Amino acid sequence: MKTKRIIAIDDERVILDSIVKLCSAEGWHVDVAEDALSGFKMIQSNVYDLIVCDIMMPEMDGFELLEKLRQQEIRIPVIITTGFSTVENAVKSLYNGAIDFLPKPFTFDELISSLKRGLNYAKIQKQVASYFFDSNKKNAMVSYIPCPPRYLRLGYSTWAFKENDGSFKIGITDLFLRTIENIKNIEMLDFDGEIIQGNNCCQITSDNELVHSVLSPLSGRIIKRNEHVIGDFTLVEKDPYFRGWLYIIVPSNLEFESKHLVPCSSDRI
Amino acid sequence: MVDKKAEACFTCHASDEPLKKLSIADRTRIFTTDSCRVMGTINPIYNEPSCYEAPCHAHEPDQAVLGVIDITESLSSTDQKIEIAKLKMLLFACIAILCISIVVSFFVRTWVDKPVRELVEATKNVGSGNLNFIVVNNSADELGILARSFNNMTKKLAEARLQLFQSDKMASLGRLAAGVAHEINNPLTGILTYSSFLLKRTANNSDFHDDLEVIVRETKRSREIVKGLLDFARQSVPKKNNIQITNIVDRAITVVENQLSLNHIKLIKKYDENLPDVYIDANQMQQVLINLIVNANHAISKNDGLISISAKLISLPPYGITQIKNALCPKGHNLLDHTVKIKSMPSIRLQARVNEKEGYINIDPIYGKNRNHYGLKIKTNSAVEFSCPKCNASLLDKKEKCPKCGGPVYFFEVPGKGLVQGCAVKGCEWQYWQSIENEGQKEYIEIRVEDNGCGIPQENLAKIFDPFFTTKGQKGTGLGLAVIWGIIDNHNGRITVESEIDKGTTFTVRLPIAKS
Ligand SMILES: [Zn+2]
Ligand SMILES: [Zn+2]
Repeated sequence: MKTKRIIAIDDERVILDSIVKLCSAEGWHVDVAEDALSGFKMIQSNVYDLIVCDIMMPEMDGFELLEKLRQQEIRIPVIITTGFSTVENAVKSLYNGAIDFLPKPFTFDELISSLKRGLNYAKIQKQVASYFFDSNKKNAMVSYIPCPPRYLRLGYSTWAFKENDGSFKIGITDLFLRTIENIKNIEMLDFDGEIIQGNNCCQITSDNELVHSVLSPLSGRIIKRNEHVIGDFTLVEKDPYFRGWLYIIVPSNLEFESKHLVPCSSDRI
Repeated sequence: MVDKKAEACFTCHASDEPLKKLSIADRTRIFTTDSCRVMGTINPIYNEPSCYEAPCHAHEPDQAVLGVIDITESLSSTDQKIEIAKLKMLLFACIAILCISIVVSFFVRTWVDKPVRELVEATKNVGSGNLNFIVVNNSADELGILARSFNNMTKKLAEARLQLFQSDKMASLGRLAAGVAHEINNPLTGILTYSSFLLKRTANNSDFHDDLEVIVRETKRSREIVKGLLDFARQSVPKKNNIQITNIVDRAITVVENQLSLNHIKLIKKYDENLPDVYIDANQMQQVLINLIVNANHAISKNDGLISISAKLISLPPYGITQIKNALCPKGHNLLDHTVKIKSMPSIRLQARVNEKEGYINIDPIYGKNRNHYGLKIKTNSAVEFSCPKCNASLLDKKEKCPKCGGPVYFFEVPGKGLVQGCAVKGCEWQYWQSIENEGQKEYIEIRVEDNGCGIPQENLAKIFDPFFTTKGQKGTGLGLAVIWGIIDNHNGRITVESEIDKGTTFTVRLPIAKS
């Protein structure tokens, strides 16, 4: 199997060193850049599976890099990481095309699980691309179910759907679930708990013992929790958009926050 | 025959028109000779029976006009009189104008000039930053309106400045938090990644493993502290509306009802009827109430748990309850001390001097309360010399004397809300805050959340609203009490707590009623 190539961009040497060290333990190759501009040049001239990028850097910041990648139609998945880990930064990163937001400081496990998801995401993306280029549609299969129209999504990880009474049902997208191994455990919040957009709203432990944070698509108070999921985790994998929902919430700041959600109808081709 | 071109004849014989009878005005003319003006009047002499019947006359009866009398008279004396009259008139006009101006200027001075001068004075004052200046003019005319709108503007300006002051404080806290978070999180990442990596690799070596576990755990704890700092810094701006507080209380109860019934806790509601609205952010206030009820729930472990929630209207004087949230020395130095808190509110730090001894005294930020912190020993009844800790400017008001004991009076400024004065004699509790006293009694809605749970130890009560204050094994989730404090404070309300171990705890929230 080909060695995975990752590029890490951060203005702090210690972060780059630790990412290199941790990734080498997984057998991945990591190139580093101490500013976004030279990082961008390296991205243009090399082949990478994944980009890990800080937000606050001199000259060009993480958001500008995301914008540049979008303009140049470079589709390498980006994981944004920052020491200024506010909800705003998390949500903004995801809205601007990052596939994940990893707040600093992170542990070995947190970094690895995020990178693994990122690499899996890249793999799925390639499969989808090859499906479109393969005129026979023979050896390709549809690798994930996109979220239904009238749903809203935060990044590619979670979805929200407005119920008739104004409350919102929220859950995990199929694509996110495909980037992790089989679910071993789901740790959910108590009902009547408070969730915040871009913050952890539930934790999934996968078969390979990695813990995955699920970022909430909206802020609000949980009024109902899907107890069926607690009883049977596979429900989330089998039917992520309907029977596998996580919570029903009363949104607390809908008007502002819905600006950062992407309507799933725009994903259709 | 007559010479028709002659000056005297011209009027009657002009343009070769036939002769006619002329009016006196047409027969009179004024013309100027070399020396003066002359008036001439022509009067034709008509033939009359007496002229041709009388024996002495030789006029023919068929002659109509016998001749013309042309009288010319010099107008020089008349002109002279006119000149004198003109002069008199001019003189009179001048005097009259003078008199009228004097009268008008008098009225302008009293009705326009003085108020305008006051306004100019006020503008200068406001321009130089004194936003307490008030223009006194109660008249109903335009200037009165102008004065009132000026006062209104000053008031708004003062409020805006205060808000700016607050938001600036919040913004700088936010910037600080962001900076600290960014700076600390990078080195923490180094520690956490390497230690957690080592922890993974030494899974079989129990010696290292336990030590590394401590490092990882403590680093994670640091991470939570920094996160808390960021959360605390970005308290959102409330979106306020006029709302019935009981609706909000009911909504909060609905959310937690299930939890309470699981814990077999009885909930009693006591609302007064016809409560006026409060001007609040419904969402934030609901969060506050949910958290207070959840805290109460967690405090109860026994079977006959009871939570009672009441809402009533109260009216209170400002004395003894109004918090002084800002304090400046005459040169504008901030006197507020966030390190020394009195009842978890930042105090007012003044430099104090008594008999050559120097130190600090922290004044109670609640107007009228005197739970001051003394940084030096002072005997009761001795007068303290107060000054600004930053610039040493005296804070004693030389012109004033304490109305209670005759002692010296200290003062400081609250931006937008005038001076706070107080007695500088230790033991005398006199304090006076004019602009707040002028506002008079205020009405509040008081909400009490009372439980019969385990209570809070006395030593914790003082710090309970401090950010990052937690007790070991605290079960509470959601907002900390510091955030609750911040929300209530944003609503110009107050939250207090009373508690007795094993008897229970009461949180009292007071919110000012909405202006209708
Ligand atoms: Zn000063
Ligand atoms: Zn006194």
